[in-house]
Amino acid sequence: MEKWSLMTITVLLGLTVRWTVSLGSYSGAGKPPMYGDYEAQRHWQEVTYNLPIRQWYFNTSDNNLLYWGLDYPPLTAYHSFLCAYVAKLINPDWIALHTSQGYESQPHKLFMRATVFVADLLVYIPAVILYCCCLKETSTKKKVSSALCILLYPGLILIDHGHFQYPLSLGFALWAILCLSYDWDLLGSMAFCLALNYKQMELYHSLPFFCYLLGKCFKKGRKGKGLILLIKIAGTVVVSFAVCWLPFCTDVEQIMQVLRRLFPIDRGLFEDKVANIWCSLSVLIKIKSIVSPQTQLKLSCAVTFLSLLPTCVKLTLEPSLRGFKFALVSCHFIFFYFHFRPVCLIINEIPFMATWFLLVSTFSMLPLLLKDGLLLAYTVTSLAFLSACVTSFSIFEKTSAEDLQLKSFSLSLKGYVSWFKSFPKIVKRLFLLSVTVMGILTLLSATMNPPERLPDLFPLAVSIISCLHFLFFLMYFNIVILWDSKSSKSQKKMS
Amino acid sequence: MAAAATAAAGRRWFRALALGVSFLKCLLIPTYHSTDFEVHRNWLAITHNLPLSQWYYEATSEWTLDYPPFFAWFEYALSHIAKYFDPEMLVIQNLNYSSHATIFFQRFSVIFTDILFIYAVRECCRCVNGKRAGKDIMEKPTFILAALLLWNFGLLIVDHIHFQYNGFLFGLMLLSIARLCQKRYLEGALLFAVLLHFKHIYVYVAPAYGIYLLRSYCFTANNADGSVKWRSFSFLHVTLMGLIVCLVSALSLGPFVVLGQLPQVISRLFPFKRGLCHAYWAPNFWALYNAVDKALTVVGLKYNFLDPTKIPKASMTGGLVQEFQHTVLPSVTPLATLICTLVSILPSVFCLWFKPQGPRGFLQCVVLCALSSFMFGWHVHEKAILLAILPLSLLSVQRAKDAGIYLILTTTGHFSLFPLLFTLPELPIKILLMLLFTIYSFSSLKSLFRRERPLLNWLETIYLVQLVPLEIFCEIIFPLMPWKLTLPFVPLLLTSVYCALGITYAWLKLYVSVLTEPIPVRQKAE
Repeated sequence: MEKWSLMTITVLLGLTVRWTVSLGSYSGAGKPPMYGDYEAQRHWQEVTYNLPIRQWYFNTSDNNLLYWGLDYPPLTAYHSFLCAYVAKLINPDWIALHTSQGYESQPHKLFMRATVFVADLLVYIPAVILYCCCLKETSTKKKVSSALCILLYPGLILIDHGHFQYPLSLGFALWAILCLSYDWDLLGSMAFCLALNYKQMELYHSLPFFCYLLGKCFKKGRKGKGLILLIKIAGTVVVSFAVCWLPFCTDVEQIMQVLRRLFPIDRGLFEDKVANIWCSLSVLIKIKSIVSPQTQLKLSCAVTFLSLLPTCVKLTLEPSLRGFKFALVSCHFIFFYFHFRPVCLIINEIPFMATWFLLVSTFSMLPLLLKDGLLLAYTVTSLAFLSACVTSFSIFEKTSAEDLQLKSFSLSLKGYVSWFKSFPKIVKRLFLLSVTVMGILTLLSATMNPPERLPDLFPLAVSIISCLHFLFFLMYFNIVILWDSKSSKSQKKMS
Repeated sequence: MAAAATAAAGRRWFRALALGVSFLKCLLIPTYHSTDFEVHRNWLAITHNLPLSQWYYEATSEWTLDYPPFFAWFEYALSHIAKYFDPEMLVIQNLNYSSHATIFFQRFSVIFTDILFIYAVRECCRCVNGKRAGKDIMEKPTFILAALLLWNFGLLIVDHIHFQYNGFLFGLMLLSIARLCQKRYLEGALLFAVLLHFKHIYVYVAPAYGIYLLRSYCFTANNADGSVKWRSFSFLHVTLMGLIVCLVSALSLGPFVVLGQLPQVISRLFPFKRGLCHAYWAPNFWALYNAVDKALTVVGLKYNFLDPTKIPKASMTGGLVQEFQHTVLPSVTPLATLICTLVSILPSVFCLWFKPQGPRGFLQCVVLCALSSFMFGWHVHEKAILLAILPLSLLSVQRAKDAGIYLILTTTGHFSLFPLLFTLPELPIKILLMLLFTIYSFSSLKSLFRRERPLLNWLETIYLVQLVPLEIFCEIIFPLMPWKLTLPFVPLLLTSVYCALGITYAWLKLYVSVLTEPIPVRQKAE
């Protein structure tokens, strides 16, 4: 069958799964007074449409910042404005100032879901398809399988089309990565700036981007071509930022207020029960009570930077696309964000680990998904993702040391550790154990009530187990990156 | 070694296809369900609470039991599991009861009983020869057939959104076909007899089964020129066949005969009080007939050939299920439709008798019987097109000609099912799934038969492409127009008539190809 028809079928499958998940519940459905992320997005449409730009980020009588005040960069605000414009054409009640607070109806839900669907269709999905089509040295079948598995990744589907979120920042970041793999550095930088201006969370990825581009400039020579490239990239970044922030550049106070909204330093290290090392540590040491918020921030920055250092230094010295992708993954780990999307990018190189990791990342969101009433969608999409990966990549047959890119590492260790021979079996058993534990915990969380003395038992258990997995994966990815250079001679030329 | 590896790969992919579609079905659980959901809940309640003697008399709900007894027993068995999910659904008086547990249980029962369908598809794949097999697993006829059957769009939306239990019933039918292809005649006959007593709509294809079994099983040998050898008539075979039919019928209808309720059961199963056409016209011959009648009425009124006072007020397209008289063309009675159906079936049945081509001839006859009954039947449901589409899938992966006819029939047949899902949240689902299935069927069959002539000629292609503007008009443009209130039936009328053209064309094309097929010179004795 031709590639275009296979890719079209893959996209259609991805879209069908997304829409069927969006038929389910959303965050904060029927839960006054604050509701959830869905109401936040609707409120932003209300604010951006009805109020002038200079009032968007300020606390005024018309704009109560305590009720879902805007805390994303300007591009989100512009996007909300666009959606509000369409909403006004269909039913102005949806965004009427003040009176539409907590508005919930079936047609409105359809509209909101449709906006997410369209955003996905226009930005994220084309990026994924182009990325997979442009993978070098892979058969058509592998390309289509990669696309299918990436599009079926449950974490993203459940958060975007279930809980409610827009996939635009991720889409732009993916376009940026795509451009960089074609050496279109300026376009890539611009795309990443767009991503950054949509959600400040993309700062997590900025370090690998920065190091990779810097390394590229150094490679071209400190003077001459390298310097010109550096200036061009810097210029692109400045212009992109200027365009996005133009309406706010009239007043320094505007810019400061926006920054204050984007980076609320007084919030502390973690909110809710995030799969975060700090959250897990807090079980043992009550960090929140020992250290002040300012110290917490400094502490997390220091730890983060130190853990990132090895990968980023290597990336600057030896900028390769593969190293760049792995650095993005590491980076994401370090910041311990909700979902681990860059891992999708390496699914065709290390399918087994990528699949395992992505399943764990979805599992880590279980408490949130249960709260939103998305248990059925979570179970079905996770199982579907696992089946798709197992069938497309035959992951259970690819668990040897070589398949897991650990050949050079295993050679170094062979002298010390004798059980490396049964490595594939051990890995497989660990995987099965992990999946079983996750399954049992899912079942318990869904069916049983926690004991009264420990009301947060299940979310905490999910958090700790996910954290342990993540530390394991962190170790693994760092090993792969650092031992990579030693066997670069024997490896095929990667993109 | 290579064969074993290929077989293992084939199994893996089949498992993936089956699992994948099952996951999709689970995701469809929260979608819109039609009144058929309440129908089945009511039947669960009736069979659970009332004794056998009351099953076909109970009329608290308007959705009375109108399937044969085996299906009633099936509901009875389900009701014993239902009580652990939500006992309230089993109370007859709880009309339109649809708690979350009820929806989950009923939806899941459909998904679960589809296991029989999956098994039947696997058996059918074994009957298909893979002579055209390429190296790639996705280009093998068996894989394509499995995908076309397991992921059939019509079956997915009728069973898992609209809500019905067609999955396991078609499983029984495909399994009986597979058994007949494997020359296990008694099993095939038994399965079909059982199927008839689950849902009597399958009587549409009973002539094909009857003639084929008589010809190929009761007469055990052919002459050299292919005609029947009268002396090879086997009394044993006939007796066995008769015994199976009688036994199954006795099990099913026996208790009701004993209770003297047979007339009541028959009247429930065949409610002829309903009109010529379903509320939404199935795209068959009568849809075209009605359209012509309506067109002639309009023309007649305009040019004053007709007296406006003599025309009945109620419109046939008003969406009500009732008997109705035609204005210009002669009215149609149930007897007339029966005669038309029998006449249209006869050539294919004769073909099966005089030019037996083994299992393939049988399949062709099944499809033709189903299609002919669809074309001329009384109060045909548009869902009945699936009876023709599913068996035709088996033929489509074996011959290019059949593949072309399959593409036309499937695309128009599936499109004609669109009005079943009229709610806005389900609109993207039906469009996405329709595109998915259509693109897959076209590209897979095209790649399978790439060495032959194109599957469709330019006229057929244009006809199918025009379905897109039709859909855009019906779903998007028409609701925004002022005519929506005065002429609400226009989209249904257009869909029905346009699809009727396509289906009629496919039916005629298939008939011509069957009738003009040359008989092989030498026939092996069967």
